This record gives sequence, C-alpha cells and structure tokens, in this order.
Amino acid sequence: MSGASKQFSAPGMALRTAAILFVFVIIFTALLSGAYLWTRPAIEASAAEEKMKLVDEVLPRSEYDNALLEDIVMLPPTPVLGLTDPTTLYRARKAGQPVALVFEAIAPDGYAGKIKLIVAVRADGQVAGVRVTQHKETPGLGDYIEVRKDKNKARPWITQFTGMSLAQVADNEWKLKKDGGRIDYYAGATVTPRAVSKAILKAVKWATAHHDQIFAETGAAK
Amino acid sequence: MITRDEFRAIADNGIWKQNTSIVQILGLCPLLAVTTNAVNGIMLSLATIIVMAMSNVAVASLRNFIPHEIRIPVFILIVAALVTVVDLLFNANLHELYLVLGIFIPLIVTNCIVLARVEAFAAKNPPLHSTFDGIFMGVGMLWTLALLGAMRELLGSGTLLGGIDMVFPSLQPIQLLPESYPGFLLALLPPGAFILLGCMIAWKNWMDARAARRAQRKPRQPATVAGAH
Repeated sequence: MSGASKQFSAPGMALRTAAILFVFVIIFTALLSGAYLWTRPAIEASAAEEKMKLVDEVLPRSEYDNALLEDIVMLPPTPVLGLTDPTTLYRARKAGQPVALVFEAIAPDGYAGKIKLIVAVRADGQVAGVRVTQHKETPGLGDYIEVRKDKNKARPWITQFTGMSLAQVADNEWKLKKDGGRIDYYAGATVTPRAVSKAILKAVKWATAHHDQIFAETGAAK
Repeated sequence: MITRDEFRAIADNGIWKQNTSIVQILGLCPLLAVTTNAVNGIMLSLATIIVMAMSNVAVASLRNFIPHEIRIPVFILIVAALVTVVDLLFNANLHELYLVLGIFIPLIVTNCIVLARVEAFAAKNPPLHSTFDGIFMGVGMLWTLALLGAMRELLGSGTLLGGIDMVFPSLQPIQLLPESYPGFLLALLPPGAFILLGCMIAWKNWMDARAARRAQRKPRQPATVAGAH
C-alpha cells in the first residue's frame, strides 16, 4: 500500500482512507442487515415455539381448557414488571372461570443485564410456575436459574417458587436466605438469584392486584 | 498452496509454541468465566475455531484492500460483523446447536485472540494459511480449556464432563470422586482458574526447558566424534 500512497497529498490520502473505511462499513453493514432480515422469520418462529413449551412448563395444560394463545391481552410497557416494551399476556380459563395469568416479567438487575422470566400466577395469588426465558448470566456460575443448566435435576432452583403465594409467604420471606428470606441459592452467585426473587415477588403482587381488571378486559385480537 | 512444512509450522504454533492461553495469555476473560467444566471449555473453543477460521480467511482475502493506517477498525468491523452473522445463522438454521453454543458466540467478540490472529497472521498471509492458523490456534485453545475445565471441575465438584447432557442428552457426567466429596469452591471461582492456569504455564515452561536441555546435549556427541568444535 505504501508504494501506491506516495501519489497522494496528505488531504487526498486522508480522504482516500476515509472513503475506503466508509466502503467497508457499507459492505459489512449490508451483510449484517441481510443476515438479520433473512434469519428473522426463522428466529421468531423458533422463539414462539419455545414460548409455548415454556408456557407448558409454568402451567400444565390440564388446568385450563381455553385456547391460551388466543386469549390474550396486550400489556403496555409496565415498569413494575421491568417491561420496557409491550408484551403479550395470556389468560387461562377453565369452563369460563379465571384460572391463571401467564405473562412476562424482567429482572432488570441481573449480574449481566436483564433476566427475562415467564410467570404463571393463579387466581388465588399462588405461583403456578416460573421459568427463566432469557439471560446473560455467567455460564457455570449464575445460570442455574435456568432449569436446563441447574445441576440439581430433582428440584431445580427456580421450582422453589412454585406454590408460594402472598397469603402464605410474607413479603420479606421472598428473599435469599442470606438476606433473611427463605430462598436457597448457590454460593458464588448471589446477585443473579436475588434479582430473580425480587422480580418474582413484584410480578406476583402485580398479578394479584390487577387480576380482576385483566380478566374483565375484552382482550385484543391477535 | 501450502507446503507440508508450512502446515506443520502453523499447527505446531497453534497447538503448542504460541498456544493462545498458556503462551500468549490471551482471552482470559472468557477463559475464567467459562472453564468451570470441560464441556463449556470445549464448546467455547469450538465456537472460537469457527469464528477464527472465518475471520482469518476474510481478512486474508481482503488484506490487499485494507490501508495499513485504518487496519484495526476495519479488522474489528469484519470480526464483529462475522460473529454476529454466525450468531444469527446458528440461531435460525441450527437452533438445537445454538441452544448449546449460543451463549458462547457473543463471548467471542470480547476475545482478543481473534483480533490478535487477524493482526499478527491473516493480515500478512494468504487465505489458506490463515484459515489453518485460525483453526489450529483454536485447537490449541481447545485442549488448554478442556484440560483447565476438567481440572477445575474435578477439584471443585468431583465430577468430569458436567453439562455433557446438554450437548448429548443421553450422556451423563462422570462422578469421579465419591458423592460425599464436599467440593472445593475456590477451584470453581475465577481465582482458582488463575492458579491452575499458572500451574499449566509452569508445566509448559518446564516441558520446554527440558526439551531445550535435551536438544543441547544431543548435538554435542556427534560433534566430539567428528572431532570438530
């Protein structure tokens, strides 16, 4: 390159270099956009499929008989739940009677950013189930919040929330044992489970407070 | 094309002489975070091999168009774009594998090994050589991280190949030490990784020093027989 560059004056050289950098940026941005647009339908489809699998984990199909994916309410951004974007809330009913709400919640204060959860809360305020859907916690250290990565296969960490309700468990019990609550955790990673516990308590409180109102809503067309 | 000697030199550099983890001491951040077991280490290395081979071949092919003054931003652009494209393609087309490798792919962006090889090798060598360099640097990283992960896992929790069931659902981790083994948390935390990595570096230096002593001793004998200095 040095041989060719001798023909250029300093400003010409700077312009030429800038132009080359610009061309590279254009090419690789185009490559990125192309890859993104091309892969988006497949990625969205597999994400939706996974969501249904997750709903099955937090709420057994035997507990409701309505078409869950159709009985939805669009939630506006809800700061209490850590949601900065509109999300979909699913309403489970059996014989027309409210059974549970299935919705997303985000723990904003994980060790490595946001931790996305899916929570199912029964009509009586009891947690039917919680699962972590997305997180960036340290592999091998903080990722036991995900059932698949938890070494304790018989009783994965996240399942200890199942069955807890505001009526039976006082607010300050929804904390790690270290913080005076009743939630177990593994030494070495406490930021992660603390963030998750906090988000679950908030979600349960929110669902209990808004339960009647949400089931009364006419629902959104998908 | 590539000669046998060149190929051997590239392989030797990647696997032993210029080993990324125990000689160049690069990419310690993902190394510390990921090598809590052998499977994680192997998975990160596999993802890195793919990305390094790709970024090396891309930079080697484009090296004559990249002005020297702006090579670093262009390299970063190429590496970051390729990692993102690999991430998206994995997610869309190989979703099962993505669920296993997925978390490791973005980690590679923080890994200076990729940029280091692009700058030190791919920018000066033809595409084929650069591809092999990327692959063998990754292979060097693979055995180092696998060994480090296995040691940390064995000391820390008494198992081997923990997490293998996520890659091959039919396989189970091997419990090497008795179930009653209390575990050794230090080995699982980053300081434990530093200590064990230090031991591996010492072992590597000791092996090299021993090889050097032997090499020194050998040529002297034929020399005395021949009666020359």
